[in-house]
Amino acid sequence: MGAAGAIEVDGVSMHFATPSGSIQALDNVSLSVRPREFVALLGPSGCGKSTLLRLVSDVLTPTAGSIRVANTTPELARKSRAFGFVFQDPTLLAWRSAISNVLLPLEISGGSRDDAARARGLLELVGLKDFEASYPWQLSGGMRQRVSIARSLITEPQLLLMDEPFGALDEITRERMNAELLRIWQATRTTILFVTHSSPEAVFLSDRVVVLTARPGRVKLDLPIDLARPRDPAMKETVEFARYTAALRRALSTEETDLL
Amino acid sequence: MSTAAVALPGSAARRRGARARRVLVPVLGMLAVLGYWELHIRLFRVPEFLIPAPSRVVQAMFEEWPALQRNTGATLIESLGGFVLGNGIAILLAVLFVHNKPTERALYPIAVAIRTVPIIAIAPILVLLFGNGYTPKIIIAALISFFPTLVNMVRGLEAVEPSALELMRVLSASPAQVFWKLRVPSSLPFLFSALKIAATSCVIGAIVSEWIGADTGLGYLITIATFEFRTGLLYSAMVVGSLMALAQFGAVVLAERLIVRWKPPTTSTT
Repeated sequence: MGAAGAIEVDGVSMHFATPSGSIQALDNVSLSVRPREFVALLGPSGCGKSTLLRLVSDVLTPTAGSIRVANTTPELARKSRAFGFVFQDPTLLAWRSAISNVLLPLEISGGSRDDAARARGLLELVGLKDFEASYPWQLSGGMRQRVSIARSLITEPQLLLMDEPFGALDEITRERMNAELLRIWQATRTTILFVTHSSPEAVFLSDRVVVLTARPGRVKLDLPIDLARPRDPAMKETVEFARYTAALRRALSTEETDLL
Repeated sequence: MSTAAVALPGSAARRRGARARRVLVPVLGMLAVLGYWELHIRLFRVPEFLIPAPSRVVQAMFEEWPALQRNTGATLIESLGGFVLGNGIAILLAVLFVHNKPTERALYPIAVAIRTVPIIAIAPILVLLFGNGYTPKIIIAALISFFPTLVNMVRGLEAVEPSALELMRVLSASPAQVFWKLRVPSSLPFLFSALKIAATSCVIGAIVSEWIGADTGLGYLITIATFEFRTGLLYSAMVVGSLMALAQFGAVVLAERLIVRWKPPTTSTT
């Protein structure tokens, strides 16, 4: 371990203070992501997977435990732009054109001259070559999310944190975006930590799927996915694929009976 | 603004037809009302000192043009001065409120209190304090435009999506960057809807304050015309005042079109 691009989560717990008392979102979670690995965090809604992503990205600070991101603290990793973040909602700024949204992170960090060319290249990478001047309202949901992926890549991060990025998209667009994401991942050679509540999506994309239990979130299963790459959507009809999703479903459903 | 690139051939012509109809119908309605007014006055021989016919108003406008021009200039200075002053203070105060909650708690009730005092009641006080010149009128026009802008601007600056703030956090944006790149642009649509209110109400503020004590301005002209039963002049002063408000409103709408360009065209129509 220890190479750049990795995440080390060690014994992390997270409590939120609410008016009705303290809520424990995560309980003693440990997780490590190797460089260039694609890891999916899978769990029912409210299991703290988004919280974990926000701890890694230094939006929140853990109550207990330690986190290392790119061999440093989350705060320093954030300040050195070691990771990009893709939200469930594209969170594009409505008053900026697509290319201007992509350039936002560089504008904030004080970018250099060839930025526009690089932003154009990224828009091409996400398949929006002819839309650089479009405003968010002129783009479809899937296109907006592509812009937000391009934005997260503009700082050339070693690590990409994705919080259910395709959760709001329809099934067809989602499948297409999954394939595109794998292509982008291969092209940029980043490490990806991907939060989702869809087992097929997790299996299709990842090298490893980490299942979290709900309230408080604990690691329930850490399942390596040994499917060949590059992956093809037709793979979803294979027996191996079904076996993986079945294992995940079992892990998730025993979880539900625990709750009942 | 470039409209949808997928416009079908022929739809442009249809749209132009629809727009012409949208303009034509209200104009026809207006002409009908004016026509009826003119006819009624002539048929029933309504005395001019009660209600002048529209044709008389137009005639009076030409006859009294020098007086109208002079007094319109004064009211314009007052209303524009008040617009700039009132909105300027409101915007600065809104920025302060958003960044400093204790100030908001301390000053907001005062702002509301000022709002609740009738303008008619403040006007004499200000005339006593500042005399007959432009100052009290500008202050009143400012007071009348101040509150809607303050409320809307505070709302606009706070109308930032939590996820957008998270994005700024992840991007390690400084507070100044959050303000200029996020809060200010997202507040602009709110600001412009307030400025549209202020653009017309500051004219009212200026005219009303001229009633109390002034030797120039449309309000002054209205008082004189009323006392002397010069209804033609009275009505033309009213028309000019309304046109002034309309022009200021139009200027704000134009500025909004030029600045807030990221909205779909359908929602930017006012």
